[in-house]
Amino acid sequence: MRVNGVEIEDTFAEAFGMWGARLVVTAETLEWARTAGAAATGFATSIIGCGCEAGINELVRAQDTPDDRPGIIVLLFTMSRAAMEQQLMLRIGQTIMTCPTTACYDGLPDGEERFKVGGKLRYFGDGFQRSKLLDGRRLWRIPVMDGEFVVEESFGAAKAVGGGNFFIMAGDLERALAAAQAAVAAMRGVPGVVMPFPGGVVRSGSKTSSRYKGQHASSNTPYCPTLRGFEKSDLREGENAVLEIVIDGLTSDAVAEATRVGVVAACCDGVLRISAGNYGGSLGQFKFALHDLVSA
Amino acid sequence: MTCISCAGAALDRGGMTLTRRESSPIPVEADSICPDRFIGLNEADIARLPAFYGRRQVTLGDLFEIEGVGATDITVTGDLAAVKKIGHGMTMGRVTVEGPVGQHTGARMTGGELVVRGDAGDWLGAYMAGGRIVVEGNAGHFVGGAYSGDTKGMRGGTILVKGDVGREAGGRMRRGLIIVLGDTGEFTAARMLAGTVFVRGRLGARAGAGMKRGTVVAFGEVAELLPTFRYTCTYRPVFMRCYLRRLRETGLVAEGELEGELFRRSIGDLTNGGRGEVLVRAERE
Repeated sequence: MRVNGVEIEDTFAEAFGMWGARLVVTAETLEWARTAGAAATGFATSIIGCGCEAGINELVRAQDTPDDRPGIIVLLFTMSRAAMEQQLMLRIGQTIMTCPTTACYDGLPDGEERFKVGGKLRYFGDGFQRSKLLDGRRLWRIPVMDGEFVVEESFGAAKAVGGGNFFIMAGDLERALAAAQAAVAAMRGVPGVVMPFPGGVVRSGSKTSSRYKGQHASSNTPYCPTLRGFEKSDLREGENAVLEIVIDGLTSDAVAEATRVGVVAACCDGVLRISAGNYGGSLGQFKFALHDLVSA
Repeated sequence: MTCISCAGAALDRGGMTLTRRESSPIPVEADSICPDRFIGLNEADIARLPAFYGRRQVTLGDLFEIEGVGATDITVTGDLAAVKKIGHGMTMGRVTVEGPVGQHTGARMTGGELVVRGDAGDWLGAYMAGGRIVVEGNAGHFVGGAYSGDTKGMRGGTILVKGDVGREAGGRMRRGLIIVLGDTGEFTAARMLAGTVFVRGRLGARAGAGMKRGTVVAFGEVAELLPTFRYTCTYRPVFMRCYLRRLRETGLVAEGELEGELFRRSIGDLTNGGRGEVLVRAERE
């Protein structure tokens, strides 16, 4: 299959079950909301070393947030429920609460699991915290130096999908970068997904084995152009730069749509092939076949 | 031809109407006028439900003409100024009172909606724990209040009074929201334990006297704050924006009816721990 002359390989991306949470972060200005979001989603590229994967999903207009202020949606993904509770506490407490003028609300009120976050962060108020029960949702008002930090008592989490992906193989780095950026820009319009790596793009794709004991992940050697001819390579002649886009989503439909949008947008001039990473279909619960998605 | 369940639903939508047969200043206690009491009853059954006319026990049929079907949508019309306890303890459904109504309306209710298209007497929504009351006129004293001997008043739900209310609205209130678009009398939220009272008109004197926790918000003039309240700061409470947005979303208040970003915060009552607060709307300087 070809799109804009770019070959779409007949393969599939393999993804895994994760837990996902959705935070609505508001502030006096969109700039401060984005600042809080950037801090909350910092160092959250891969669960291999960061404890969670996270990203800013979308900007929200003031008329669509609980407090009529501009805001953003942050999506946060972990492998376990325990990790989710820990990450919510850490990231809301250390990054969102500390950012001027912010408030943080649950964006998944119907989530399968609920984690008490505001109900624990409130103790920062040293006894001067107040709560308000609004339509069954408890909001904590924690005194801070610019007024009050408002945070919801608990946050919902739902079973989600992590590790959706595709690879962009190009003739040179400039064209690979341009295609990856075009893909990410298009995918940011899809609700319910984030691309957790820097700028939405990862260059250090990994495989789940290593020649070193204790090293769980190592360089994705079949896709490293500098190793062609030395190691087993999956790259073809002329493919000199590879970038990967990893997708986490609240639902498999959202990941599928983001993959479709991204793959099509990545079919730019100078891109030679689009492929996807999998483990032969034996490990992941979710499979996203590129041909099926693009032809849908 | 419709199936039995569809026909039942259609009939239920028609609602039940009770029309007062005569005007009389003699008090009537009609706590039987409640969706919970009407479930499964036809007109004749409802007519046999008890009521008090003065001290004499009568039936609803003696006092009201009853027609219609269904329990979840009740309309009460006629001279109701002396009729007490309509919607008393209701847990579901909707009761609409056309015109002024007597005391204890919606007292102890835990769910459903009660609308009064006129004034309401004292003890409106007293000891209420859930649901919603909307009064399009004024209301008397002790709105959402506590009965003598009770340690707590309103424990949940929402009361909206579009006119004025008498004294001690929200007295000993424990939880919930009272919105008064007109003025309030003395001792609003006196001995309040928690909860929220919004006043768009003039907040009466000695508001929050003895309050332990909770919030009184004045969007307009304030008669006087007790000396046992201490000013803390002028700020933008984010939680207020959440309230105002939610009230507009649910249609409880219209766009522009309640507005404010900047508030002067005073804490009190310092004679009772000082963890309550009175927020008074401030203008940007």
